[in-house]
Amino acid sequence: MKQNLFLTRNEPDWLALEQTLTKGASQEERATFPRLYRRACQHLAVARTRLYSLGLIERLEYLVLSAHQRLYGSGTTHRGRLAGFVARDFPQAVRREWRLVLIGALVFYLPLVGMLVAPQLDPDLVYTVLDPDTAKEIESMYEPGGDRIGESRDSDSDTLMFAFYVYNNTSIGFRTFAGGLLFGIGSLFILLYNGLVIGAVGGHLTRIGYGEPFWSFVAGHSALELTAVVLSGAAGLRLGLALIAPGRHTRAEALHRGASSAVPIIGGAAAMFFAAAFIEGFWSSMGFIPAQIKYGVGLTLWALVLAYFALQGRGRGA
Amino acid sequence: MPALRSGQDASFSEPAGVLDTLRSVETPEGIALGLRPAGPLSRMVAWLIDAILRFAAVYVLVLGLSMLGRFGVGLLLIAVFLLEWLYPVAFELLMDGQTIGKRAMGLRVLCDDATPVTLSASLLRNLLRAVDFLPMLYGLGVAAMLTNRDFKRLGDLAAGTLVVYVVRPRRSQALVKAQPLTPPVALEAEEQQAVVGFAERMVELSPERARELAALAEPLGVHGLAPTPERLVRIASWLTG
Repeated sequence: MKQNLFLTRNEPDWLALEQTLTKGASQEERATFPRLYRRACQHLAVARTRLYSLGLIERLEYLVLSAHQRLYGSGTTHRGRLAGFVARDFPQAVRREWRLVLIGALVFYLPLVGMLVAPQLDPDLVYTVLDPDTAKEIESMYEPGGDRIGESRDSDSDTLMFAFYVYNNTSIGFRTFAGGLLFGIGSLFILLYNGLVIGAVGGHLTRIGYGEPFWSFVAGHSALELTAVVLSGAAGLRLGLALIAPGRHTRAEALHRGASSAVPIIGGAAAMFFAAAFIEGFWSSMGFIPAQIKYGVGLTLWALVLAYFALQGRGRGA
Repeated sequence: MPALRSGQDASFSEPAGVLDTLRSVETPEGIALGLRPAGPLSRMVAWLIDAILRFAAVYVLVLGLSMLGRFGVGLLLIAVFLLEWLYPVAFELLMDGQTIGKRAMGLRVLCDDATPVTLSASLLRNLLRAVDFLPMLYGLGVAAMLTNRDFKRLGDLAAGTLVVYVVRPRRSQALVKAQPLTPPVALEAEEQQAVVGFAERMVELSPERARELAALAEPLGVHGLAPTPERLVRIASWLTG
């Protein structure tokens, strides 16, 4: 069959298919989509086999590709997916990778506790991690009796601090995650470093007697923020593990499989960073709230966070 | 030229020794779709355009929000954070896989199976930019692109995405209506496709170039002379019926 005959015979179908892909297509037009799409695929195969002109083949390829994307593109609504993510995907992903979460927690918390305790015995150890200027600035931020704790003297806007924490902490979390692609070394390094620094700050302040401002400041947001840091590291380690030990898959395939766990974890961690920044910016720095209340809120949040990851998303249908 | 075998998708058979970046994706309907992955150079230009736009946006925001004092600086920080990490994600999801820079360069992000990019894939490939950017200006990313058949950077490899050229079909594929002329020799299928392809492309060629190309088809000439472009167009008209 010559090309022009093929064209005149089948072009109405192609135009109809293009019509169903437009926004203004009616319900009846859309109902014809499956048949028209299959037919267009057949026409493309025929045109290729008979080596019709490239212009015709390109036109059909473009049509088939557009229809293919409309058919197989994801169609779920975002609202339902968000609810499912919070209720199921996120906690299940964390529980699935509990070994990596444990490794991340150890790499983070052991140095942290170490640098909390050590300065009580040897005060100068702090300066292996912090330089003296930073230490001085931190001391001024956490002086007892101040009406704003945890912030530099000249910052007086909660929104500014909230934004700063969002920018700073979430970026650290994202970099921890991305560092996992370097065979996990990047994530481990960032976790270790942050554990040391946070522990050093806490240890130093406790030793010089500024313990109460510091601990009441961190109590509120620590549950969300520290857990988010550990989870970012765990997500990064998941990618690193795919590269180090791909098992029976190619490394690319192992990365894809790892990503199905890693992406929900880092996504949830980002949300936790955001919430922690909110608490840190608007609640933690208020000096007039008694320390006991802050400790109580902090412990409650810790209990909630741990319960969420331990219990949420289990059971029937989960 | 290899002879046609029945059932073979002829336009995708590669003669040995020819480099081609075409990536073939088979759909559940049994048809193979061809995607053209884009190389580092065009992607870098697209990234540069996006970087300039982001910088300009930050500049405008700085001017505007500085009037709101500390509160404005706070908003600015949040805006910078979102622009740095999530600008590409928003565009890839809302604008059919294209950021503004990519649209300017005619590029698009797709999943490996030619479906539109998903939220998970877009997040992953954009968060991993932090690694692709090392050690300086996408050094690792470009290195990955060059060692990879599909020009994927590390983020693409992890997320299973491709950056492809958007191939829009040429508007006019109707041949100039010339009087049909039977070809003097029998033509094989690929040769017919070449002649018809030449006729379709003639509007884009300069007259000298058209003559130069037409002269290559010596057997189709008359009296031993090289054929003219017009003669080839007439033969093409006969071939397409």
